[in-house]
Amino acid sequence: MELTLFYLSALVAIAATFMVVIQCNTVHALLYLIVSLLASGFIFYLLGAFFAAVLEVIIYAGAIIVLFVFVVMMLNLGSKTIEQEKQWLCPGIWHGPAALCAILFAELLVTLMRSGAHEAGRIVESKTLGIALFGPYLLAVETASMLLLAGLVGAYHLGRPLRSGS
Amino acid sequence: MASIPFEHALLLASVLFALGLVALLIRRNLIVMLMSVEIMLNAAGLAFIAAGSRWGQPDGQVMFLLVLTLAAAEVGVGLGLVLQIYRRYKTLDVDRLSEMQG
Repeated sequence: MELTLFYLSALVAIAATFMVVIQCNTVHALLYLIVSLLASGFIFYLLGAFFAAVLEVIIYAGAIIVLFVFVVMMLNLGSKTIEQEKQWLCPGIWHGPAALCAILFAELLVTLMRSGAHEAGRIVESKTLGIALFGPYLLAVETASMLLLAGLVGAYHLGRPLRSGS
Repeated sequence: MASIPFEHALLLASVLFALGLVALLIRRNLIVMLMSVEIMLNAAGLAFIAAGSRWGQPDGQVMFLLVLTLAAAEVGVGLGLVLQIYRRYKTLDVDRLSEMQG
């Protein structure tokens, strides 16, 4: 059963990623990318990495995709916007991502119904992860925080408006 | 309880990585290229998670966390660059940004 769930979500992930590659419209590609990341999160759950699954949904499918959506929204300020809006509102575009999401949702329901032991990998608990993070990997965590600070400052610097004359 | 074969998880990670690499090579839109970089980082994280689950060690998830941090920082700076490029050149086509004759 777990193997069926794994192969099904693997198929969903590959199909969604393939659609990201061949989509011409950036927003449609973003939709498929969200589905791909959700499928990856489900695979993490099946592998027994619960904390990583939660982080995948919150950070990847949440925060990073929201950044992409913001940039797409900021760049699409033109006369074409109204036509694009009409295109977005017409049904049919979201059928593919919705179908893939329905498969993932069905898998989630199946997993929730069968309470108890339903992982197909060795469970690594969040407690051991936290002990490892703040024990032997403490320096890596500090370096990651410095990296995030550098990314913040760099993004702020790059995102400022252009001065006239430069 | 049947456990997921390690090879199949690695196979899935490599297929996702290859798809991201193909997208990076064949697409010329800067935003889609950044998205394909995200796909590749996600595939690398999947390989780490699979390895951590295979041996029951937390190191795989620690590495996934670091990859996640890297992806977040990278996408912030990358999208800032995309905004600057669009302001200066009014296009996101990387083939038109060939001033350095690369």
